Amino acid sequence: MLVMEPYKEKRDFCRMARLLSLTLNGRARTDAVSDNVLLLDYLREIVGLTGTKTGCDGGECGACTVLVDDRPLLSCLTLAARVDGRRVDTIESLAVDGRLSAVQRGFHEKLGSQCGYCTPGFIMASAGLLRRNPRPSEDEIREALGSNICRCTGYVKIIEAVQHAAQLCQEGLTP
Amino acid sequence: MNVVNQILPAHNIGDYVPMIDGPEKVSGRAKYTADLLVPGSLAGRIFRSPYSHAEILEVDVSEAARLPGVKAIITGADCDKTFGVLPIARSEHPLARDRVRYRGEPVAAVAAIDDATAKEALRRIKLKVRELPAYHTAHEAMADNAIALHTHRAKNIERDVYFELGNVEAAFAAADLVRQATYNCAEVCQNQMEMHAALADYDAVRDRMTVHASTQVPYYVHLMLAQVLGMDMSRIRVVKPHVGGGFGCRTETLNVELIAALLARKAGGCVRIVVNREETFITHRGRPETDIRLKIGLRNDGRITGVECECIQRGGAHSGYGVVTILYAGSMLYAIYDLHNVRYIGKRVLTNTPPCGAFRGHGTVDVRFAFESLLDQMAREMGLDPIAVRRANYLQAPTFTDNDLMVNSYGLPECVDWVERQSGWKERTARRDSGAVEKNGAIKKGLGFACSHYISGASKPVNWTGEPHATVKIKLDFDGSIVVLSGAADIGQGSTTILAQAVAEVLGLDLARVRVVTGDSEVVPKDNGSYSSRVTFMVGNAAIDAAQNLKAVLIAAAARKLDARPGEIECLGELYRAGAQDKGLSFNDVVTEALKDSGTITVTGTYSTIPESHGGKKYRGSAIGGTMGYSYSAQVVEVSVDEDTGVVTVDNVWVAHDCGKALNRLTVEGQVQGSVWMGLGQAMSEEAAYHEGLMLTANMLDYRVPTIQDSPPIEVGIVESIDPHGPFGAKEAGEGSLAAFLPALTNAIADAIGLRFNDLPVTPDRVFAALEKRARAAASKRNGGA
Repeated sequence: MLVMEPYKEKRDFCRMARLLSLTLNGRARTDAVSDNVLLLDYLREIVGLTGTKTGCDGGECGACTVLVDDRPLLSCLTLAARVDGRRVDTIESLAVDGRLSAVQRGFHEKLGSQCGYCTPGFIMASAGLLRRNPRPSEDEIREALGSNICRCTGYVKIIEAVQHAAQLCQEGLTP
Repeated sequence: MNVVNQILPAHNIGDYVPMIDGPEKVSGRAKYTADLLVPGSLAGRIFRSPYSHAEILEVDVSEAARLPGVKAIITGADCDKTFGVLPIARSEHPLARDRVRYRGEPVAAVAAIDDATAKEALRRIKLKVRELPAYHTAHEAMADNAIALHTHRAKNIERDVYFELGNVEAAFAAADLVRQATYNCAEVCQNQMEMHAALADYDAVRDRMTVHASTQVPYYVHLMLAQVLGMDMSRIRVVKPHVGGGFGCRTETLNVELIAALLARKAGGCVRIVVNREETFITHRGRPETDIRLKIGLRNDGRITGVECECIQRGGAHSGYGVVTILYAGSMLYAIYDLHNVRYIGKRVLTNTPPCGAFRGHGTVDVRFAFESLLDQMAREMGLDPIAVRRANYLQAPTFTDNDLMVNSYGLPECVDWVERQSGWKERTARRDSGAVEKNGAIKKGLGFACSHYISGASKPVNWTGEPHATVKIKLDFDGSIVVLSGAADIGQGSTTILAQAVAEVLGLDLARVRVVTGDSEVVPKDNGSYSSRVTFMVGNAAIDAAQNLKAVLIAAAARKLDARPGEIECLGELYRAGAQDKGLSFNDVVTEALKDSGTITVTGTYSTIPESHGGKKYRGSAIGGTMGYSYSAQVVEVSVDEDTGVVTVDNVWVAHDCGKALNRLTVEGQVQGSVWMGLGQAMSEEAAYHEGLMLTANMLDYRVPTIQDSPPIEVGIVESIDPHGPFGAKEAGEGSLAAFLPALTNAIADAIGLRFNDLPVTPDRVFAALEKRARAAASKRNGGA
């Protein structure tokens, strides 16, 4: 990993860029990224992975949830620089050979997604849950999704979607 | 055994059908406006008024203009045209001129090479004003000495509505019990998950404008762009990508779309504006704060003799939908119960707060809350079962109400029966009445009941042009795929899926053969838009018509090929044949034959509402409320109230919704659950609060949207009354169940702890304060007696 020394002369520190190396959706990549860039903006504006959504002004809604080393994280509250050397997975990584993953199928088939805008965040939070707990109870689902807001469904079908996904995982699908 | 006879056309109506655009949404491939990254596009930012009410003396942009990287700056001086959703009330400018009227109103805008530069440019804009008295409540704005926000609206009354149908005073005199109560419902915001965004691309060579907008009505955006830009409509193209919800705030054209276009034209390029959550809140177009005074007369047998309702809405700084909202609040007193003798007094008031607009259940929700609350309170007082009181007031469909609303199908009785049965209402209320109250320490349980209804699209479109209400085209070519072209805006409610289902059903084909193209004015027919739950009814009927027209073409071709009369052709979807003994033609063979006439086939389907559904002329504005079909809903809500903390927990909701016919049971359930839950938010936690016009709740933490941990199970019963005009008998499913939740909740709280909450939201601090007050009163009574 290349870390540039901080500039000694007086200039805007925030504009300094470093090389960021990470494993993004299973592929290694390196980009020059300013220190003040959020992981969310890095993913959307620099890499062009727009599946991860911006839903609020910071940490309120969960739409930007991604997995960092399998753990759900709000990419809007995370500096891109913080994921250097880590494994980051976004919604674009879940499909296997072009087919929907268990959680994606759950949300599609049980209508856990209406307008779809909060969906990537919910799906990544749910995938994180099922990776660490393949048979969650309803309370565990509610707890795992407690920081994601959906404005369409009333959450009833989101719970059904995750339960359906857990069932599909039992049948051998990946979350 | 004749195998051919077993062939059946494919069928989907009434099934659980996942949305056809679901795979895009769950895979991150669905593109919303903010996801459209155009290399070389400029970043747009909006400078907003920090004042509630002020005369603009100067907008100094000179320093901002000198910043390297700034490509265009616009102010009110760049556009003297107005916009607005109602042709009778277009008084808003894309950027304020002369005056600002609410905190957050756009004053200037910048397009720059990147977002950081645009932000810096905003910091360099200087606004000089003379502050004016600001009115943050309807009461202040209507005061005698208040100055007018808009010179053409004296006393700041946007619309004054008064009607009396029947004889209200005589009705009250004939009642056994007359009660009056006042209610206050806080302002609430749609707060759809996708923040507003627009991408405007101006082609300076051809003088053409393309705007991608997160809108519910691309057609209105098209009209308003032409008006504001002063461009011929033929030079404008509006594209609606995926939209992350709307709930009404996107039925109006918004400043952001117009500003993006003005900037793009001035910069001669492509401008992308993505506003943040705070900006989305402070320009929200939500449901107005509403004060209601309601008086009902009731007979001992539960019959309602008369109703008087006074409704004051704090409408915000511009007209918006205001006139329509205040009219709905009155007209929709009707069409749910058999009412005669109704007086309605409505005032829509202009105030120095963000303009309110249409929010799911437009105009009906707060009045329904008051009505169902007072009815429950009076039923209890008279010792009547609240459900029996509703039963005593059912309409007999088909009928016309006193204000000339046409009711053809009426599934309310079945809805009421379902929730009564499903919730165990009879057994539980009997248990309670016998004194066996469900108690668990400080936790008190209660059950509440209420009903609501909504229209399936306004029968008269806002811009009445004489065209059919809806138009759908179908293209069929050599490849045999059915391409449905519609301007209907899918905003997550699933309209695209419904159109595919309707066409596939008529043609007997599998959904896999059908593709739906929507959302690009260059390609699709104009549509009046996704508002007032009109799409399934209006566009669904047009889709059925188009599919039937296509079927007729295909049958004619099959008849020609099979040397039969069209009347003899049996259409089995993938097979067309002349009688059961005929081995027939495959669908592809029929298509090949049909194309011989004209090459590519395009058919049109239309739908027009009938004049009887347009409402009457008994008072000014009485067309509002007219529809082809009303949906009905009944709900029972079960709560636990913690008397130690004031926390109310909703344990269960049973909701039955009469949607005429569930074309797609999955999406009907989803819509009904979403409506109920949105009512829960308004009833229990959501409130747009202000200090001197500054919104205090402009984020999703302070504006408390219920989380998954706050949200109850919602069991949905689908009632199918089969509307004679609806597509396959269907009516709306996406709004009618919202309103009933609010009173069902407060009725349940009253059942649990004997306290009635007439002000929304019912937050724990309000419950706690009421419990404390009662405890103090009881204590002082004990002390006084001692």
